Amino acid sequence: MQFKSLILAAGLAAFASAGLADGHAGTVKVGMITTLSGGGAGLGIDVRDGFMLAAKMAGNDKLEVVIEDDQRKPEIAVQLADKMIQSEKVDIMTGIIWSNLAMAVVPAATAQGKFYISPNAGPSALAGKGCHPLYFNVAWQNDNLHEAAGAYANDAGYTNSFILAPNYPAGQDALTGYKRMYGGELAGEIYTKLGQTDYAAEIAQIRASGADSVFFFLPGGMGISFLKQYAGSGVDLPVVGPAFSFDQGILQAVGDAALGVKNTSQWNKDLDSPANAAFVEAFQAEYGRLPSLYASQGYDAANLILSAMDKADVKDADAFRAALAAAEFDSVRGDFKFGTNQHPVQDYYVREVIKEGDVFTNKIISASLEDHVDAYAAECSY
Amino acid sequence: MSTLLLIEQVLNGLQFGVMLFLMAAGLTLIFGVMGLINLAHGSLYMIGAFAAAAVAGATGSFVLALIASLAAAAAAGAIIELVVIRRLYDRDHLDQVLATFALILIFSEGTRWVFGSFPLFLDIPDALAGPVMLPGGIQYPAYRLLIIAIGLLVAFGLFQLIARTRIGIQIRAGESDREMIAALGVDISKLYTLVFALGAALAGLAGALVGAIQSVQVGMGEPVLILAFVVIVIGGIGSIKGALVGALLVGLTDTLGGVLLPGFFGTFMEASAATAVGSSLASMSIYILMAGVLLFKPTGLYGSA
Repeated sequence: MQFKSLILAAGLAAFASAGLADGHAGTVKVGMITTLSGGGAGLGIDVRDGFMLAAKMAGNDKLEVVIEDDQRKPEIAVQLADKMIQSEKVDIMTGIIWSNLAMAVVPAATAQGKFYISPNAGPSALAGKGCHPLYFNVAWQNDNLHEAAGAYANDAGYTNSFILAPNYPAGQDALTGYKRMYGGELAGEIYTKLGQTDYAAEIAQIRASGADSVFFFLPGGMGISFLKQYAGSGVDLPVVGPAFSFDQGILQAVGDAALGVKNTSQWNKDLDSPANAAFVEAFQAEYGRLPSLYASQGYDAANLILSAMDKADVKDADAFRAALAAAEFDSVRGDFKFGTNQHPVQDYYVREVIKEGDVFTNKIISASLEDHVDAYAAECSY
Repeated sequence: MSTLLLIEQVLNGLQFGVMLFLMAAGLTLIFGVMGLINLAHGSLYMIGAFAAAAVAGATGSFVLALIASLAAAAAAGAIIELVVIRRLYDRDHLDQVLATFALILIFSEGTRWVFGSFPLFLDIPDALAGPVMLPGGIQYPAYRLLIIAIGLLVAFGLFQLIARTRIGIQIRAGESDREMIAALGVDISKLYTLVFALGAALAGLAGALVGAIQSVQVGMGEPVLILAFVVIVIGGIGSIKGALVGALLVGLTDTLGGVLLPGFFGTFMEASAATAVGSSLASMSIYILMAGVLLFKPTGLYGSA
């Protein structure tokens, strides 16, 4: 961590001094707090890389970025946020991956008059009654991808799903989201332990339950474990889940066990738009790997900020907010706009895991939800 | 719940238990013989898994991968014993915890530096993929049966080693009186390095075996480390027999608790509330077990007072 931070710091110093050398007013300082070390680092690194790629491609020297590693710990995220607000005096904050960290940082940051642009976490508490004029989510509300999975389950004719998710707020949001759209019966509903790595007991219950399909939300390593064990168990039911267990970063670790699995996402690398094609190509050229949905979200977050910078001064909060809300940037997702609670109104797709040469990746097979508004938008009023 | 499902879950508990035993055996040996709290034991587990994934990726052989995991973890164990741990035997436990915690950070970030931030691929060999049919019509993954078998074999081997060999005698002597065994002319520092490497190799083997059905990623060792500490506290610190009994108890309690408790609450509660309460209580079950054992046997089941 130390070594990487040093490199990062050096890079940033170069970046920052280039910005300062220019020296005129109108510089926008963005504070990015994200997870760059420990178990969940892949997600934060993708968001950072996507964000910095957009900044580099725009070549706008008025955008200055400070990056810090939260180590996936809420208390560290809070300390970093205080530091960014008080001593770095950032204008905009972004970067947080995990909902529990977002809940610890976002309300305090927006209360102190800072913009917060979420490139990932979208807890329901911040989308409904707890919404804030300075809080924008450029990814999704937590429930959305699960709602898309529920809608897909209906289309696929599943009538008896077995559903499972970890026992924490985003896991509860996930099962709620799936059930909101899914019209069939439940063969079983299980909350697993957060961070659980052995799913033999759950898989045995799935086998005994008489279900016709399985929905699971197990992000990161949990999903890798589940899929590998599921493939070895001889249970043959179709599986559906949100994109979080099938993103580019972890598919290679799951291997053949993921092939053919349907998952739902707001983005995929084969989405047909010039902005997306440019993004995928530039990301591969810059980092030598395929982008994940997290990278696409980081990229869009940066482009959203850049689009607002073109139209308004960040010191004029009302004008800048209106410029952000207009969302006039070329999203890699194609159609993109904000709803009344400043969360995305966007399309969701069903993807299938395929193998391209030696690389496991996703391809879009159908649309799931169109111009979908999250369920909490109506509760939000400023 | 049908009997078949229950038997399958008992097998799952057993498999989880023997995996914990591989971790706990090394931890308890190191604590028993050297009086050292080694928080970096989880890192050795991770090193085993990463070494296995790297070798399996390069050669395609699972057997070579297992050998690599043993070798890499033993080597890492021997190196940290020689370089760092050796200086800590005479210090108090707080210094040991601090130093071995630093080792966790160094190993985690070092691994990330070498292998990158994304999880690695390690799969079970094709011959063991898929389920086998057990008597009574239970479908059970072949690979998990292998883990149970390997775990029990290692346990048997360790008992033989401790009870029947010269090294075993020295280890037992080291546990009861360190100064005396040194005075008798046994090269105590060599013994320490050996025990440390042995414990590390077992952790590495556990990491490789489990890595094949879970995810090989940075930080995979720490959750298991906590459970391994629970196991050795229940079993009695320093006792291999205690580690085996404790590991099986924890494995069975954890697995069966997660399965039975939601069903139990479901008999008198609404379904999704029962799931929530049951799974929360299930996550606590092993700690409740530990508290219960400590209440009646403060030194653990097989601990010496």
